[in-house]
Amino acid sequence: MLSRTADNLYWVSRYMERAEFLARILDATARLATLPAAYGGAGNEWQSVLLTAGAAEAFEALYDEPTERNVTEFLAFSPENPSSIRSCFERARSNARAVRTALTGEMWEAINGAYLELRRYDPKSMSREEFARFLEWVKSASLAFDGSAYRTMLRNDNYWFSRLGVYLERADNTARILDVKYHVLLPENETVGGSLDYFQWSTILREVSALTAYHWVYRESLKPWLVADLLILNRQMPRSLASSYENIVRFLDEIGRAYGRQGVSQRLSRTILARLENTRIEDVFRGGLHEFISGFVADNAKLGSAINDQYLV
Amino acid sequence: MASAFDEMNGADGEIREAYAALKRWLDTAPPDHLALRRSQAELFFRRIGITFAVYGDSESTERLIPFDIIPRVLTKPEWTRLEEGLVQRVTALNAFLADIYGPRECLKAGIVPEDLIYRNAGFRPEMVGRPVPHGIYCHIAGIDIVRVGPDDFYVLEDNARTPSGVSYMLENREVMMRLFPELFTENRVAPVENYPDSLLATLRSVAPKTAGRDPVCVLLTPGQYNSAFYEHSFLADKLGIELVEGSDLFVREDVCYMRTTEGPKRVDVIYRRIDDDFLDPLAFRPDSVLGVPGIVSAYQAGNVTLCNAIGTGVADDKAVYSYMPDIVKFFTGKDPILNNVPTYRCREKESLSYVLDNLHELVVKEVNGSGGYGMLVGPHATKHQIEDFRRKLKTAPDGFIAQPTLALSTCPTFVASGVAPRHVDLRPFVLSGADKVRIVPGGLTRVALKDGSLVVNSSQGGGTKDTWVLDA
Repeated sequence: MLSRTADNLYWVSRYMERAEFLARILDATARLATLPAAYGGAGNEWQSVLLTAGAAEAFEALYDEPTERNVTEFLAFSPENPSSIRSCFERARSNARAVRTALTGEMWEAINGAYLELRRYDPKSMSREEFARFLEWVKSASLAFDGSAYRTMLRNDNYWFSRLGVYLERADNTARILDVKYHVLLPENETVGGSLDYFQWSTILREVSALTAYHWVYRESLKPWLVADLLILNRQMPRSLASSYENIVRFLDEIGRAYGRQGVSQRLSRTILARLENTRIEDVFRGGLHEFISGFVADNAKLGSAINDQYLV
Repeated sequence: MASAFDEMNGADGEIREAYAALKRWLDTAPPDHLALRRSQAELFFRRIGITFAVYGDSESTERLIPFDIIPRVLTKPEWTRLEEGLVQRVTALNAFLADIYGPRECLKAGIVPEDLIYRNAGFRPEMVGRPVPHGIYCHIAGIDIVRVGPDDFYVLEDNARTPSGVSYMLENREVMMRLFPELFTENRVAPVENYPDSLLATLRSVAPKTAGRDPVCVLLTPGQYNSAFYEHSFLADKLGIELVEGSDLFVREDVCYMRTTEGPKRVDVIYRRIDDDFLDPLAFRPDSVLGVPGIVSAYQAGNVTLCNAIGTGVADDKAVYSYMPDIVKFFTGKDPILNNVPTYRCREKESLSYVLDNLHELVVKEVNGSGGYGMLVGPHATKHQIEDFRRKLKTAPDGFIAQPTLALSTCPTFVASGVAPRHVDLRPFVLSGADKVRIVPGGLTRVALKDGSLVVNSSQGGGTKDTWVLDA
């Protein structure tokens, strides 16, 4: 297939996944911001969500204060933020349109529908309740796209590149959620695992739709290392780094087999997966969660550029 | 201007044979049935995505081209004659191009004035003395035909560069067959759905000698912001070939490759929908980001075939058009089956003075214009517009031709007030391969939806119709 087609499919998936991630963290932040200080409301939630999204610098170039209004506008609607929900949908559609025939009709309709629907939302006159509904809608649009890809695409390289985009983006997003919450939200005088950050950890789980899953898996009250275990190492958890990498390795192997050739991407992805498989959560905390996550995010980005060099240009 | 010939009611008001079944259907179908079907047709076009460009980034840069649900009907004998005329004309067109980039016999014989060729914007000196594979220049031609009477068909324009519209021909039929299956049991309509197969066979037939048994063909598009992008992606999909942009291709040692996930893959035939000017920044416009650097040199080396060839624009120039009857005769040795619309060349002194005296009755066209722009329709023009053109004609007469305002034939069309006659033209698509010339029966009928309007271009409020050639 054309490299550009693969590239477009890969980015369509990444943008749709990213839009959902943004909706989830905005939703969680709005919830967290309403908590009284004694329960974990730290007052800097809107600053923290910018860091989670990796968008603090771009934000500061455009706005003065990280108020609720400014941040939601920036992350959800701003055309000047290349990673706002709006920009994600627009870019996904533009990429999809360029490779229209490589998508199934259902996928196109999911993306085009989201893009057209987005125009109906007017950020200026939006109440909190409407904004919450908007975020719900973004999640369902992304789910519709994901489901249509899963259910309608032929299992060939079109599909594999599209899935690679999903899992690379998802791994990056999960890692970011863990990292930023751990360091930004926890007040300095509070010990890790103390009672105060209970709500912060439950918010993290909520962001990734894993609060119920946590209880099923661990049957315990919230413990930071178990939350980290769930999101980093647990292969049953579909958003975990380990699960994302199982999928990445699988799809890269499919591509390698179909083309009769392996390369840097295959080797690197297996190395990262092996590292995740051979790590215990105690090791993660001993070396420092932040250090572990930073290393992972860098590795994930390295794999992204290896895939790019090997297939997409 | 004489009153127009109506293709259903004829000259004397008696329903013509070809339309008999259709007329019965129109008379018996309840009006709200037609209205319902029309809205279903529109829904269908939106769903399949012909409206892609409609929701452009600036909201309304493009629209849905209106589709009229009443088909235009041609009989088998009418079509047979048109087909013979089209084959003859396109064969002559290709021979003419091979001649002016080769031995120049027709210039030596004085059939066409030399300066009209050498000073022509569409003439490409790069092509002189460089034969193209199988001697074919114009592989895909769209010949615009107008009708003024039962047996009077004229060629209005030869589109020899990158004619578009064939996707509408195919989609219009698809919609009609879905919405009105009953009509197709009453009328035996020749199918058009084999067009993509014919096009692919044409492209494969002109592959260079270096190609293997299974030549790699691609469709080169300027990209998704081009107004015909829908057609490009539609055709690539139907042909089962890659839809490439300039940046997907590269040339190394005069061989053209496309970038794939499995590495470079050699390309043999390029159906390009990019104009000559933008094809290769090394050969033509250096600021073109749409093209492929080095593609012209690969083409000249005979390692890749371009469809259409470079430099075909010289043959669809409106000034050259006026010489087409002589060109046809010179190269085929026979009288043209299809005539030209009588044309005044404003470059000739006597013609110019006639044109200037009769501007209010004539259609004046820019020699290099297309899409219905840069055109004066005398009988419908304001005084101001006429004076404007008079000035232009006096300053640069070489840039214009003029033709009598033809009473284009009309066909019944479903409009707001009901069924009414509207003017139409016809664009059949003629495919010239190494083995033969292929034409699917019919073509794209364009209709001027405004009452009395003669301009059928979609950019000026025109619509389209399904075109039937009855097979019995």
